[in-house]
Amino acid sequence: MSAGDQQRGGRLTVALPYLWLLAFFLVPFVIVLRISVSETVIAQPPYLPVLDWSQGLSGFYDFASALTLETYRLLASDTIYLLSYLKSVQVAALSTLMLLALGFPMAYAMARAPRRLQPVLVLLVILPFWTSFLIRIYAWINILQRDGLLNDVLMALGIISQPAAWLASDTAIYIGVVYSYLPFMVLPLYAALEKQDESFLEAAADLGCPRWRAFWLVTVPLAMRGVFAGCLLCFIPVVGEFVIPDLLGSSESLMIGQTLWTEFFGNKDWPLASALAVVLLMVLVVPLMIYERLQQRELDGARR
Amino acid sequence: MVRFDRVGRRFGSVAAVDDLSLDIAANEFVALLGPSGCGKTTLLRMLAGFETPDTGRVLLDGKDISAVPPYRRPVNMMFQSYALFPHLTVAGNIAFGLKREGLPRGEIETRVAEMLALARLTGLGERKPDQLSGGQRQRVALARSLAKRPRVLLLDEPMAALDRKLREETQFELMELRRRLGLTFVIVTHDQEEAMVMADRIALMDKGRIVQTGAPAEIYERPRTRWAAQFIGDINIIEGRVAADGSGVATDALGLLRAPVPAGLKPGDAVVLAVRPEKIALATSGDNNVAGTVSEVGYRGDKSLYKVAVAGGLSMKAAVANAVRAGGPAMGLNDRVTLSWPADAGLVLPP
Repeated sequence: MSAGDQQRGGRLTVALPYLWLLAFFLVPFVIVLRISVSETVIAQPPYLPVLDWSQGLSGFYDFASALTLETYRLLASDTIYLLSYLKSVQVAALSTLMLLALGFPMAYAMARAPRRLQPVLVLLVILPFWTSFLIRIYAWINILQRDGLLNDVLMALGIISQPAAWLASDTAIYIGVVYSYLPFMVLPLYAALEKQDESFLEAAADLGCPRWRAFWLVTVPLAMRGVFAGCLLCFIPVVGEFVIPDLLGSSESLMIGQTLWTEFFGNKDWPLASALAVVLLMVLVVPLMIYERLQQRELDGARR
Repeated sequence: MVRFDRVGRRFGSVAAVDDLSLDIAANEFVALLGPSGCGKTTLLRMLAGFETPDTGRVLLDGKDISAVPPYRRPVNMMFQSYALFPHLTVAGNIAFGLKREGLPRGEIETRVAEMLALARLTGLGERKPDQLSGGQRQRVALARSLAKRPRVLLLDEPMAALDRKLREETQFELMELRRRLGLTFVIVTHDQEEAMVMADRIALMDKGRIVQTGAPAEIYERPRTRWAAQFIGDINIIEGRVAADGSGVATDALGLLRAPVPAGLKPGDAVVLAVRPEKIALATSGDNNVAGTVSEVGYRGDKSLYKVAVAGGLSMKAAVANAVRAGGPAMGLNDRVTLSWPADAGLVLPP
């Protein structure tokens, strides 16, 4: 292979992810954005204006002048949408914290387990993926319903005397989310912890650190990358989560995914649904950019 | 100051350290030298507190510290991997131990600056470990382990990751540092040259036991066993028996070879004669003269190593300093030569 070929090959390798992003992220986003500034009509497609190329340049002017920010004004005027976003962010933030509190000890124990056992433990963490996500959530309906397993066990143990209503509550959403997303928290944490050299802890002990102190001064700071990765992997999809709140939650307060679904499929309001999606993306881009910035700083630091 | 009192440590069925006793005096520089797996690192880790002896005691200033956790021992270790905290700066690494002591801030800053100067790292305090060269990282690790002013400094293969040139420099730096600080040093190494250059005393280890302790010259010139002789440096070993008149070693292939026979050996006892290659000359003027043919020549610049086939299918090595500026080794392949050495160059050892 000549140097020129190699350079071209290198460029192609760099170009591929960009092409991917262009085709599967940017183009769909532009389509969604364009629908979000349209008006709802009962037609096929269910929005106006439609770009008519046969009119040439004037057709484009007609199209552009008919675009409207009406949907966004509607979004801002009705608090139901704001509440939906807040609820989503709240669920995502709280369950991410719970996932971290649960996932860190798990990942830590896995990383400290005997080397031979670790692949098995990793396998056990990802084992639930072998069953369909939907079936697992339906199983939770079974467990959480009034005459379900949870109430049976709690009553048998004498902790409660009346069956409690678990289902159709925020508690059920948190249970479902924490259960479903745990592997996404545990695996990056495990990857970060597993890499850590035992000699760091020995060095800390040598320099006067009892074990628990070394944990906070060495283990945790060195696992920060995994903490960020795990939190983002959980927080971002949970914000847009639809299935879990729809199956386990109540219909009183909706998460943004449910609101979006209702607008799209229930009200057939494509522009409003698109606007919701665009705003949701903006909500999610903020933590992503923070992460990006942090990682960039770390990379710069390493290079200097 | 440090005493290992009949310590033992087993890993499964393997005795890493086996009923071993060793005394280390204050301000002494002791090297634990041996092949990998001989237990030298385990011994060092016992002193640091990372391993607890199954049997025996580790004493520091007469006090049993076997059960004292590492974070309460006045001993610091420089790790083979350096184990520099990657999330902390150079200064943060050096200050780590001082902060744990709860020293006032000003004092910590002074000490860190002192250590940076000592390790010739001034100006690099704000760098992260991954922004340093290998040699700089090594010096940070050293500075960090010295910052708490330990009673004993432990060095676990401190130069394994450095290239040859840097290693030599660092060895001299360490010796200089040691003269200035007057510390007790214990170093673990598999590099005999390193041990000989730096240490006051070498403890030669094999299979969890100490084979011999002594000053470097003593270990090199007077090894007590065949194994010790062969582990340190290069040596010719010729099997034979103590001659009838007690004047040397009688061999089947090479006849009588003169050498001082230690007291306690009777004529006819099976022994080996050990002679270092550099003590053998290519001439016919010694107490012992053996004829042979050059079978291999290794030119090393400062010296040439000749492998010579002698009678009885044996092969001997002779190292000759290239004292004269010439185009290469003085002897060529298949040249007939006579190897000679004085009687007192030979060592008579148990077989």
